Amino acid sequence: MNTLPNPESRAQPVIQIQKMNKWFGQFHVLKEIDLEVVTGERIVICGPSGSGKSTLIRCINRLEEHQEGQIVVDGVELTNDLKHIEHVRREVGMVFQHFNLFPHLTVLENCTLAPIWVRKQPKAEAEATAMKYLERVKIPEQAEKYPGQLSGGQQQRVAIARSLCMQPRIMLFDEPTSALDPEMIKEVLDVMIELADTGMTMLVVTHEMGFARTVANRVIFMDDGQIIEQNKPEEFFNNPQSDRTKLFLSQILQH
Amino acid sequence: MTERAATTSILNNSEFRRILYQLLIAALLIYLGWSIVENTIANMEARDIRTGFGFLNETAGFSIMMSLVPYEPGNTYGRVFIVGLLNTLLVAGVGVVLATIVGFLVGVMRLSQNWVVSHLANIYVEIFRNVPLLLQILFWYTAVLKPLPGPRQVFERNTEIYFGISNRGITGPEFILLENFSFTTWTILLGILFTIGMHRWSKHRQAATGQQFPVVFVGLGLIIGLPILIFLLSGAPIEFTPAKMGRFNLSGGITIIPEFLAVLLALALYTAAFIAEIVRAGIQAINYGQTEASRALGLRNGTTLKMVIIPQAMRIIIPPLTSQYLNLTKNSALAAAIAYPDLVATFAGTALNQNGQALETLAITMTVYLSLSLLTSAFMNWFNSRVKLVER
Amino acid sequence: MKNQNTVFFVRKEFAPSRPAPASTVGVLGWIRNNLFSTPFNSLLTVVVGGLGAWSIWGALDWLIFNAVWVGGNEACKANPNGACWTFIGTRFDQFVYGFYEKPERWRVDLVILVLFVGVFWTGWEKAPARRWAGGFMLILFPWIAWGMLYGGIFGLPIVETSQWGGFILTLVVSLIGIIVSLPLGILLALGRRSNMPIINSTCVFFIEFWRGVPLITILFMAAYVLPLFFPTGMNFDQLLRALIGFAFFAAAYMAEVVRGGLQSLDKGQYEAADSLGLSYWKSMRLIILPQALKAVIPGIVNTFIGLFKDTTLVLIIGLLDLLGMVHAAIADPNWSIRSVPTTGYAFVAITFFTFCYGMSRYSRFIEDKLNTGHQR
Repeated sequence: MNTLPNPESRAQPVIQIQKMNKWFGQFHVLKEIDLEVVTGERIVICGPSGSGKSTLIRCINRLEEHQEGQIVVDGVELTNDLKHIEHVRREVGMVFQHFNLFPHLTVLENCTLAPIWVRKQPKAEAEATAMKYLERVKIPEQAEKYPGQLSGGQQQRVAIARSLCMQPRIMLFDEPTSALDPEMIKEVLDVMIELADTGMTMLVVTHEMGFARTVANRVIFMDDGQIIEQNKPEEFFNNPQSDRTKLFLSQILQH
Repeated sequence: MTERAATTSILNNSEFRRILYQLLIAALLIYLGWSIVENTIANMEARDIRTGFGFLNETAGFSIMMSLVPYEPGNTYGRVFIVGLLNTLLVAGVGVVLATIVGFLVGVMRLSQNWVVSHLANIYVEIFRNVPLLLQILFWYTAVLKPLPGPRQVFERNTEIYFGISNRGITGPEFILLENFSFTTWTILLGILFTIGMHRWSKHRQAATGQQFPVVFVGLGLIIGLPILIFLLSGAPIEFTPAKMGRFNLSGGITIIPEFLAVLLALALYTAAFIAEIVRAGIQAINYGQTEASRALGLRNGTTLKMVIIPQAMRIIIPPLTSQYLNLTKNSALAAAIAYPDLVATFAGTALNQNGQALETLAITMTVYLSLSLLTSAFMNWFNSRVKLVER
Repeated sequence: MKNQNTVFFVRKEFAPSRPAPASTVGVLGWIRNNLFSTPFNSLLTVVVGGLGAWSIWGALDWLIFNAVWVGGNEACKANPNGACWTFIGTRFDQFVYGFYEKPERWRVDLVILVLFVGVFWTGWEKAPARRWAGGFMLILFPWIAWGMLYGGIFGLPIVETSQWGGFILTLVVSLIGIIVSLPLGILLALGRRSNMPIINSTCVFFIEFWRGVPLITILFMAAYVLPLFFPTGMNFDQLLRALIGFAFFAAAYMAEVVRGGLQSLDKGQYEAADSLGLSYWKSMRLIILPQALKAVIPGIVNTFIGLFKDTTLVLIIGLLDLLGMVHAAIADPNWSIRSVPTTGYAFVAITFFTFCYGMSRYSRFIEDKLNTGHQR
């Protein structure tokens, strides 16, 4: 089921990262990152905390600046040029660990803010789109409430809907279930699985190995700021090659 | 035995204790109030002090150096009260505007990424809020404005003066608006109306079609640019009558007295330091994740500020900001130290010394400030209940 | 098979950590990131930095490098472009002691010495017997200090309060304000939270009244109206009257700070105290107040700072505190020199700044400590 895209489309990856290096002050946080992602790919990035996995995906929509190497997203290279950054951010949605919903706006307003101000959509159209996505994440009845009135799982689903309203080509997920109570994790993962079925290109930083097995078509293991190993999920979990990967998997799969 | 049990039980009864305590307090208060009233009456009789508010209708007999309404020594104490109150409101009103501008500027500077800018703003805040306000008022008055050279040194004899600064304050021309000026007035009014309309129209249009319209720039053009054009086209219909330097003194023109300037500067700069801290804290209180989420959605920095940061920061900023405005108004009473004729200096100062009715005079003065306080806290309660974030 | 090869990757050689590119770290990187990251930022650095450097240099030049440090008023007349510190020097005793009689000034010195030692002892975290020092400073010291300053005990001659002035008066007013305001403020705060309507409304009225009017009207009230409230023949001196007004004013502000602390406490603490069967006063003294007061130490210190600055207002009712002394001395015709008023005010400003800034740093330090306490 998890077939890779055909080689033709691999020729035009939607994200290209070459020899990318990033430092926080003197701390070398990302080292020599090479990564290509093609349309429709679903990548899970895992690794111990502090391995640089969140920083990597935050570089893709320029929430973090890289100092060396090249990042090309949707055919646009990320530089200091604001036009480029704006273009990339329009095409790349992001879901955060702590949801980061706007507490002073209703759920519906959260979803329509960017379409109205960035995509310059008419309000009615933006609201119709928002309701469509709120239905897809199964909370259309909460549209008029404020984020503070929702549970964590509901908030995260709103955050996903908010990103989808911009109709991005790529979705980044930065530990989307880490801040949730256990009983709410499933409702968010279910939404993400459905999203994967629509063919969305997804990069997911997560510790949910079950999600990686069923949804991903590539798993990337990072440690110490570098990509240590990547493989198809079944190979990755059943036959890890690197010692570090083995150690990590033994720790995380113990439970 | 039984009797003792009964006594302990009634003394330990919490309801009984509540009533007992309150009765004791009430009795104490009544006794205090009664003895104060009795002592006061006795003392006033002994010292031959009149009572009542009849003095408000009597002639004051002293002059006041600055007044927004016509005033002369023949007017009543009631008029003095009005003059003082207006002067207080004037210096507080202008002070609030100035303090807000400087305070927001410094507060934003403190958050700047630029090391030089943020540290200079910090130095400003620390200096101005750690030095007593009264000292700052005296400094501006006694050390800065009063030692300025007098009109005779600054201005040549028998000249017309359009603008000048001396120890008499800032001198400028008096101006009369000629008939044609009404064109300009109307343009300003129309510009404001049109901008309001345009704002609504642009909101509707954005809702309907998604197109945005630069309301602010066009509005500024309509309210400021166009009136200037009309003003010039109608032949600049203002007539200035400059002040004249006579043999010894200035006459005519408009003078902003140094007392007003000193109080204004001190109040504004002092309060601005506190406002800067409020603004900084308000903006910093917003989680950085809000900015990141907004950026990740593709919003520009300007839109992020306008739609995400400012609406949230203002909820945090406005209540303490209002109480700073109230503080500024109360602090304006310090103007009495340099004899700026505010409510305290004229009414609770000169008038009180002349008629000796301290109790009534101070009661009226305090009531004014108390009413302002109550109004402010009423506003804050209303505001807080309005903007409270809805939570579960 | 081919596809899998393109996906499969395992790193054999681990990349070592490299130092960051020179342009982004170190002094150069810091300057670039903090001062010249964008053209607008560079412009800001140059313009604002230039203005700042110019005014700071001007102030230092005037205050220190170009100032008159020795000589008399003639030296100051000769140099109009610098501070006239000799003015402060000749008047220094007066600025500190007011008109306190010369042979008795050792008493003032002793009180100030004990005060500073006591405050540092209480404020220093690791000091031994800190609680005892604090208790001494709050409860015994005020009485001893008043006795020392006023006299009449230990065979000390009496120095009337009308002779007090300068810095010592500033200290007396602020310390009385602080020491009276704490217990009174706590009582008012407890009263305001009481569910007994008469007590509650009395406290609310008291607090809101004093907070609602300017301090200067309170001082006028104390000066002109307060004597009328007492039986004929009972006469207070002017300082005492001002102190009463100031202390009530201070207590009202303190009450609101303490109330904030009481409100911030978890409801569970009150319930726990009740469930232990403690009486109201015991539970307040042993459980609620220690926590509530600790939580609002920064607020209390900030109130102290405000009160300390507000002591200057007594000059308006004719008491010569430090500012009043300097303000009066400036009018001396012998020192009618252009640089003297600014020098005088600068001296007072530096004194107040040192104390207030010191206190605010201390409160920030405590705040940071309290914050980490919450995180763990």
